[in-house]
This record gives sequence, C-alpha cells and structure tokens, in this order.
Amino acid sequence: MNARQKGDITMRAYRFRPSPALMILLMLVPAVCLGISIPDTITLNDKGTLYEPFPFNHAKHVRDAKECSDCHHHTTGTLVEDPNCVRCHRNSGEAKTVTCRGCHSRSPFSVASLKELSSNEKIYHRDKPGLKGAMHQACIGCHSKQAAGPVGCEDCHTRKKAGHALYNSGEFTPKTRTATGHGH
Amino acid sequence: MKRRDFLKACLVSGATASLGMTGKAWGSGSFEGYPDGMGVLVDTTRCIGCRSCEAACNKEQKLPEPASSFDDKSVFKETRRTDENALTVVNRYEPQEQGKGPVYRKQQCNHCNEPACLTSCFVNAYTKTKEGAVIYNSKICVGCRNCMIACPFNMPAYSYSSAFNPVVKKCIFCYDTRLKVGRPPACVEICPQEALTFGHRKDLIKVAHERIRETPDRYHDHVYGEKECGGTGWLYLSSLSPEQIALDTSLSNDPIISNVKDFLGTVPMVLTIWPALFSGIHLLATRNKDHGHEHANHGQEDSKP
Repeated sequence: MNARQKGDITMRAYRFRPSPALMILLMLVPAVCLGISIPDTITLNDKGTLYEPFPFNHAKHVRDAKECSDCHHHTTGTLVEDPNCVRCHRNSGEAKTVTCRGCHSRSPFSVASLKELSSNEKIYHRDKPGLKGAMHQACIGCHSKQAAGPVGCEDCHTRKKAGHALYNSGEFTPKTRTATGHGH
Repeated sequence: MKRRDFLKACLVSGATASLGMTGKAWGSGSFEGYPDGMGVLVDTTRCIGCRSCEAACNKEQKLPEPASSFDDKSVFKETRRTDENALTVVNRYEPQEQGKGPVYRKQQCNHCNEPACLTSCFVNAYTKTKEGAVIYNSKICVGCRNCMIACPFNMPAYSYSSAFNPVVKKCIFCYDTRLKVGRPPACVEICPQEALTFGHRKDLIKVAHERIRETPDRYHDHVYGEKECGGTGWLYLSSLSPEQIALDTSLSNDPIISNVKDFLGTVPMVLTIWPALFSGIHLLATRNKDHGHEHANHGQEDSKP
C-alpha cells in the first residue's frame, strides 16, 4: 500500500544543488534541456498490477544517451534527424510536455481511443504506441541495439504475487505431472 | 430419328448445365468481411518472445495449468502448435541470413473473413460475428472435426483428453468476455512491446502498409493475411519472408468457400432438375414400347390357374 502511494508520484523534480560533479554533468546536457527541471529518478510502472514499481535512473541515461531526442523525439533536446519526422518537425519548437505519458496513451485500444481514430481522419500519428508499448520498445529496443542494459522482464521489474500467479512462475511453478498425480 | 435427336439434345444440355456453368455464375460475390470488423496486427519485428500473451490467454480462457511456467524459454526448442490447453502459442524462427536475431511469431486462429471452418461445418456451429470474431457453439457441434481439416492454418484443436465431452478448442478473439464490449483480447492488452495492435481491420491494413513504407529496411514487403484465403482478421508483419516464419504462402487469395461454391451450386440442380429431366427422358425413350401388350400378357399369365 505504501509502495503504491509512493509510486503515484511518477516524477520527482530535480532540485539544483551546487555540487561540482553535477555542474560538469549539467554542462554535458544540451542547453535546451536546462530550461526545465530534469528528474534524476523516475518511478515507472507505478500502477502495475503484475510487476512492482521500479526507479528508472534518468540521470544515468542522460549521461549515456547522445541526445535527449533519442528518447524524447522532438519534444526536447536537439531536433530530430529521422527522415520520417523531419518532413513535418524540421523546425518544431519544444513541446509543452516531455513526459512519455504526455503523448502515449495508457489505454491505446480502448473504445474511446479507437472511436477517436475512426471519427477523426485528420489525426496524423495514427500508429502511435500506447505508453507501455512505447516504453518497452524504447528501452528494450535500445538495450538490444547497444547490447547493453537489461532486456529480460525481471531484469527491470520484479514480479508481484499476481504476476507469478499469471505466469505460473515462482511459487506457482507447475510441479511435474508425476508429482501431482494427474494421470492425463 | 426424332427421338434420337431429342436425347442427344438432352444429353448435351445436361452436360452443359452440370459442367459448363463454371465459376462466378453460381458463386455469390466475395465477402470482404464486416465493415466494422476488428482485427489484430501482429508485428513480429517487435515480439521479444516473452510469452506473456500465452499466459494472459491461459487465464482469460480458464485453460488448465501449463506443463511449465510461461517464462520457460526452453519451449522454443521445438515448434509448437495450438491445442486444447493453449489457444495461442509463440514459436521461434531462426533467420537464414546470419547476423539477424531470431523472429518470434505468435499464432492463434486468424479469424478469416470467410472462414473455412464455418464453410465446412454442416451443423452451423460456427459464426463470424460482426465484430470480426469466428466463434463456435460447442453445444451444437457434433464432433465431426471437419473444421480441423478445412482450416488452412491448422488452428482448431480438439479436446481429445476429455472422454465424455470432447469439444473443438480454438481462439475466439476473447469474444464473450472482451471483444463483444469493445475491449481488446487479453493477449493484446498484456503485450509489453505492443507487438499486437488491435483495431478495425481496414485501419490495420493501412497501418501495416504505412509501417513498411516508413521503415522499408525493417520489413519484408508483405502483409500476410491481407489477401490470403479471402483475408484474415489477424495480420502479420515480419522482417523475414512469410515462409521463413512458417506462414503458408501456397494459399490462394480466394476464400476456401470458392473451391466448393461451384460444386455446391450444382447440388440443387442435381436434386431437382435431374430427376425431372431423366424421368422425362425415360418416359420418352420407353413411349413406343407396347406397355399395354406386356401388361395384357402378364394378366394372362396371372390368370392362369
């Protein structure tokens, strides 16, 4: 219960502290990023039912990534280079929101979402992944490409009891058929 | 001579009627699927083989406990098929080209626009719903298993383990619990990678072609299921050609029913026109025979003491 409540705070804004190490770090961050407060830890999966929430080390990824836009598309950092995005976003300014959930829906296949898509032909980004899809694709996609970072489910988030029950893992791992005595 | 001409004409016209009337004359127009039918786009380039879909399906459809846990990756050593305990399975395919990672493909009922299982079922146990699901009524089913033979994708399974109430088992698109109320099936909802995209079939076809157009290096230029067997509700994208991920490329674009429409169209004719026609021919052929004389003879024979 406590963990769930804590998890509801998805972003903890970074407060500036005059530490030399941090100053060096901030110098490495593209200038456009400095206008906003950058969280160094983001709690992900705060509403997960199968997996525990876990802290995403944003600060480490800021250090390791070449550009903010590697993850944040054109919403912050340098402008995009992807030819598919450049067609429209060549000169796009910074967006109001940089959070994943600012654009990626938690329920991309809900009745309302699908109705909106079919009723409004003018929506351009029709094939936008939902929040869960966007995050997993970004994380696992980059981790496998770079051959660095976790790619397995439980390498990032530990399974809750409900998760183990669903996957028949952990304490719910099926015993061998001979042991259970089922003769089928 | 006159009779011979008549018989000849009859035979010729009869043969024409039974053989000559090919194709579209008998078959109704091809059914393109319900306009608001739903589907799922399976993008195998996104699938990481986590088997979450299998776990979610097992729970949603209240299937029996699996032999091993759903995070057991050793199952990929062999190619599996759907059965009474698993309505969907993920298989791993190793690409022929070196340097490419394995491709995982989920399989389940493809929910055809014109399902062969439905065509083959003589008790009408199968229904294609307007939402796009192919469902079946196990109470009507007589267990003939024609559907298992008819399905071009080998999807329907049979609960052979049940001695008293065996039924056909296949994916029903979570129709009862989800699709009916507009919710995506359990496998789609759980997929972490969004390798499964749920939506209107007609939109998904556009989305699939758009993905190929925007990232041509990522995909083999084919949306499997768009046309195969008259179109399927579930569509597949892959970096590999369909045959490399064991998708049957020998299937025609015509629905299976097209193979039997011509034949089935002749059935009413055989049952109605032929009896009348051949009775007529028989009557004409035997008209000049002296029936009365024979009868008279019989009568004489009968009357003998």
